[in-house]
Amino acid sequence: MPSAVPAVGLHRITKRFGDVVAVDTVDLEIADGEFFALLGPSGCGKTTTLRLIAGLEFPTTGRLRIFGDEVGTLPPNRRPVNTVFQNYALFPHMTAEENVAFGLRMRKVSKAEIEPRVRDAIALVHMEGMEQRRPDQLSGGQQQRVALARALVNSPKVLLLDEPLGALDLKLREAMQLELKALQREVGITFVFVTHDQGEALAMSDRIGVMDGGRLLQVGTPEEIYARPANRFVADFIGHANLLDGMVTGPDQVTLTNGITIAAPSNIQPGGHVAVTLRPEQALLHPWGGAPEHHTSVDGQVEQVTYLGNALIYRVSFQWMHIDVRSENRPGGDPVSAGDEVTVSWEPSSVAVVQD
Amino acid sequence: MTLTAPPLPTGPGPGGAGTGLPEVTPEFERAAARADSRRGFLMSLPAYVYLVLFFTIPFGIVVVYSLATRNTIGGTDLAGWNLDSYRRLAEPIVRDILFRSVWIAMLTTLICLVVAYPFSYFIATRTPTIRNILLVFVMIPFWTNFLVRNYAWRVILGSDGPFAAVTEALGVGRQEILFTHSAVILGLVYGYLPFMVLPLYAAIERIDGSLIEAGRDLYASGAQTFWRVLLPLSMPGVLAGSILVFVPSLGAYVTPQILGGGKSTMLGSYIVVQFLTARNWPLGASLSFVLMTVMLTATLIYFRAGGRKL
Ligand SMILES: Nc1ncnc2c1ncn2[C@@H]1O[C@H](COP(=O)(O)OP(=O)(O)O)[C@@H](O)[C@H]1O
Ligand SMILES: [Mg+2]
Repeated sequence: MPSAVPAVGLHRITKRFGDVVAVDTVDLEIADGEFFALLGPSGCGKTTTLRLIAGLEFPTTGRLRIFGDEVGTLPPNRRPVNTVFQNYALFPHMTAEENVAFGLRMRKVSKAEIEPRVRDAIALVHMEGMEQRRPDQLSGGQQQRVALARALVNSPKVLLLDEPLGALDLKLREAMQLELKALQREVGITFVFVTHDQGEALAMSDRIGVMDGGRLLQVGTPEEIYARPANRFVADFIGHANLLDGMVTGPDQVTLTNGITIAAPSNIQPGGHVAVTLRPEQALLHPWGGAPEHHTSVDGQVEQVTYLGNALIYRVSFQWMHIDVRSENRPGGDPVSAGDEVTVSWEPSSVAVVQD
Repeated sequence: MTLTAPPLPTGPGPGGAGTGLPEVTPEFERAAARADSRRGFLMSLPAYVYLVLFFTIPFGIVVVYSLATRNTIGGTDLAGWNLDSYRRLAEPIVRDILFRSVWIAMLTTLICLVVAYPFSYFIATRTPTIRNILLVFVMIPFWTNFLVRNYAWRVILGSDGPFAAVTEALGVGRQEILFTHSAVILGLVYGYLPFMVLPLYAAIERIDGSLIEAGRDLYASGAQTFWRVLLPLSMPGVLAGSILVFVPSLGAYVTPQILGGGKSTMLGSYIVVQFLTARNWPLGASLSFVLMTVMLTATLIYFRAGGRKL
């Protein structure tokens, strides 16, 4: 039964390093049992936020709670959280087994209890048979598993992971994404997962917090963040988006900078500078004038066709602006090539209006 | 000195006639390997010559003299080798000096370790600029002659010196430690501290800081993290520093002579007395032999440990 109290609560947390504001007045509640991703470009303050929760940094201002307990000034060894470090930080002078047992030994758990718990943790990450190896005798993926076991064996209330898959190659990373997600469901522990890879965040998380410049810009489910980005940065950072600059010129209408007016529902006052976001896969390509009635449409000319294997990206220019249209690569249909006159259309509800 | 290149085989290479590349036959490889090892030997020849001339031969002479006999007029008879001088090492007066030397060298090493560790840790965890400034500070004493620095300590520790004034001001009375074991140890610690700081710094600097954080994250207190993570990982530095301090401390001559008051506090002074005053060369030689054996053993341990990954 998940607790009603948030697993992690950040209340107006700010962290400064000299002049650098690494984390800027962040408010965030992470629910018990949640797989939460902190997503943002390098240097946006993700790691610092994670280290604040771990107790490896202390907030300059603000309050930090873990399951309701104020922990802002407690040292890391007195917090019920464990960390999987970015470079794993396995103790090189200890075997895999000794690494995993370290936390329990430090907490003076009895020998009789340590042994089965270490064995279970090693089994949980499928590392049986590797117990006696030292970290330098393990591959990157294996070190990753030992680091996970070393943290999970302590049954922390919250597990913090700092880009744990960053050092793995693509195939292994994708396999580990699924495995990590399954593992989190199995153990039911709250995971706070730091990544700069939006695909990874979308694929794994229950909710995502998007950060930039130390600020938390938007918190939501992957669907919410993808379909209704809160601002231009989020729209641009998550997935691929057409960002059409313009100005609100009436109720539910935006005039783009090239003079074309399109329907775009928003509650922004007329006169506001905005960008209309449209996902390439939401846009459809038709022969000239062939758009369905209820769609918003613009006429243009195909400027460039990019072949992706499973899909094609058509760059369509209309009055000095352009829209990328993604279409699945299916057999049949009229081949479209650069220079063709076309109409691009989309459901009015598939655009989102964002401000800077 | 001429270096001969391996003979280039003639004839068509594996790429067919006309490529102009020599064929890599087993004979060619063997010739290349021979030339390689010959070059290596020639390049290290000066070092071998030096070692034989200034170490192996003198060491052999010391061994020979240690087996000789002192005659009644203070000369040395090389005829009739015996182990008498080694038996004398067990006599209380010699044995005491031997033990005291080892004890003083060990204490010096321990004090250096305890003083240098936190300091080295501090240096290793600074930003690179501050790190370099601090390392220069560590090495500044080397710019002044060792003898001069020891005489400076003699002034500091002397009866009218600042040390006594400070202890008096602190309310523990005028402490005059000059010509005591404490003064010798103080002088040795002062003299050899950099030999402890530098390897410790190098070892600690190599340790990934996130390992310390991982220790704290896994419920270890600061002290537990030190004993379980930091110290084991800096062991190569601890070992190197300890040997670099212990070996010269054990054989120290200048410092015990100047700060210990020439009372044969340590082995070095006693050996000098045997050669110059008592004219007992066999005893002096046997003591030198023991001292050198201890040092060589320590050095071997050092290189063995250095070659192994801890
Ligand atoms: N210990 C530190 N001292 C000074 N600046 C720091 C320190 N740690 C992080 N920063 C700065 O804080 C900002 C956020 O860093 P970080 O949290 O590591 O970002 P991210 O993990 O998102 O890449 C960066 O500008 C970084 O340079
Ligand atoms: Mg980071």
